[in-house]
Amino acid sequence: MFHVNSGSCNGCDIEIVAALTPRYDVERFGIKLVGSPRHADVIAFTGPVTSDLADKVKRVYEQIPDPKVVLVVGSCGISGGVFHESYHLAGPLNKLIPEATCVYVPGCPPRPEAIIDGVVKAWKHLEEVSQ
Amino acid sequence: MKYKVPIGPIHPALKEPIMITCEVQGEEITGVDVTASQNHRGVEWIGMHRNNPVQSIYLSERICGICNLCHPACLVLAVEEIAGIEVPERAQYIRVIEAELERIHSHLLWAGVAAHELGFDTLLHYTWQVREKVMDILELVNGNRVTKAIMMYGGVRRDITDDLKPKMMEMLTYYRGLFSRMAQLFLEDKTIKMRTRNIGILTKEDAYQLQAVGPTVRASGVPKDVRQDVAYFAYPDFEIKAVTPDQLTGTVVGDTYDRIVVRLLEVKQSLDIIEQALDEMPPGDIASEEKIPKLLAQIKKAEGEAIGRHEAPRGEDIHYVKLKKGLDTLYTWKVRAPTYSNIMAWRPMLMHHQIADIPIVAASIDPCMSCTNRVITAGSSGEAILGAEELHRLSVEKTRRMTP
Repeated sequence: MFHVNSGSCNGCDIEIVAALTPRYDVERFGIKLVGSPRHADVIAFTGPVTSDLADKVKRVYEQIPDPKVVLVVGSCGISGGVFHESYHLAGPLNKLIPEATCVYVPGCPPRPEAIIDGVVKAWKHLEEVSQ
Repeated sequence: MKYKVPIGPIHPALKEPIMITCEVQGEEITGVDVTASQNHRGVEWIGMHRNNPVQSIYLSERICGICNLCHPACLVLAVEEIAGIEVPERAQYIRVIEAELERIHSHLLWAGVAAHELGFDTLLHYTWQVREKVMDILELVNGNRVTKAIMMYGGVRRDITDDLKPKMMEMLTYYRGLFSRMAQLFLEDKTIKMRTRNIGILTKEDAYQLQAVGPTVRASGVPKDVRQDVAYFAYPDFEIKAVTPDQLTGTVVGDTYDRIVVRLLEVKQSLDIIEQALDEMPPGDIASEEKIPKLLAQIKKAEGEAIGRHEAPRGEDIHYVKLKKGLDTLYTWKVRAPTYSNIMAWRPMLMHHQIADIPIVAASIDPCMSCTNRVITAGSSGEAILGAEELHRLSVEKTRRMTP
């Protein structure tokens, strides 16, 4: 999994880190955060995607090898959330990358359990696709 | 031969989008440039055009997910001052407790991130495991782990009842018992000392000149703390003294190590404040007005301007608010987050250090981009730097235009 902050308020980001640390410890399930998009199967976006980052978000997405799944963590990546109607948003994410397969994790911010559930759904989808 | 090393806006070492361009000669950093604004979401604009003032509290929590109490705190302080809304004593105490819980969680979070930047991941995991205790208390009190949704004009939205107190006292004992272990892990470890002592020094003079705030400036030996300097919430009832590193180590160096010391001591200070607040919390109402439409009507009638100040975990946070009679939204809303003041300190801190020191020195001010990114230049082509001469010329031209 590769994580990109696309203009998030950090709320979801700290819950993703919380999911990695001992209380939730996702590595025991085989979920690992990687340092490069080229090593990832799943890309997690947090935040409503600001105009500044639109191009970067697309470029990072394109760097991930197929098959891939986008994990949209938090309400603002799904619909713009509390920031909808703002003048500086390129999102929500499915508008920016319409061809992407998305798993949505709603919440502001979602709990670590919900994020893990989202990753498992993405994982199952990847298994189905590759068979 | 000089090279430019761009870091960001999306980079595995960064938790948030920001662009740092370092000019290097060999391993030595000879120039630092920072480009922010990737995280601009137009929060102030929404508060001034779409939301009513109560909705803006909800929005202001989403300025930053980590210190999500300090922004609503500043906003309500400013609006309460303009509209003359009274706040019950009990609510002031609950606000103090919430603010200090936030400080504990934020400082522990930072300590973990700092350990991670040094490559000491065991310590990251240990610190974050320890942090879960305060997250449990936050969830118990607020019903959510991260966003608190506790602030309201004229009080708070949820009470801290007596049955919650034993759990909170248990948390205080837990953290007090851990303090010496945490101090040993962070302050006596040979590797951490090697990587942080005399690295990223911010001198007292630089700290004054750059107007740094919070733990960053206190680590340079400046005893500046809003809780100590300004009377707000129930803070005047507590004996708060700004934490400087010499209280533990006897000296002030102003390096990354000192910033760890200050944050550790502040966690201890917060524990004391919470204990005193729980003991002395008076009975009574938690809000002066529970009906939101009534509150909105009162704010709509108000006119004036005010500044709300609060000591966030990262330093002094300021909100400037102006209200106009008959307007449904805030007339003006300006946010000045602590990182905005601290970010300039990166340059003196990073100069003449090695590239490998960038992550820990950058992290040592506890930067928060989502707080900072309040301005964006949209649709401009190229850069424009206005020097003193250029500004003077523009000023003279304006005088000529206005005086025919």
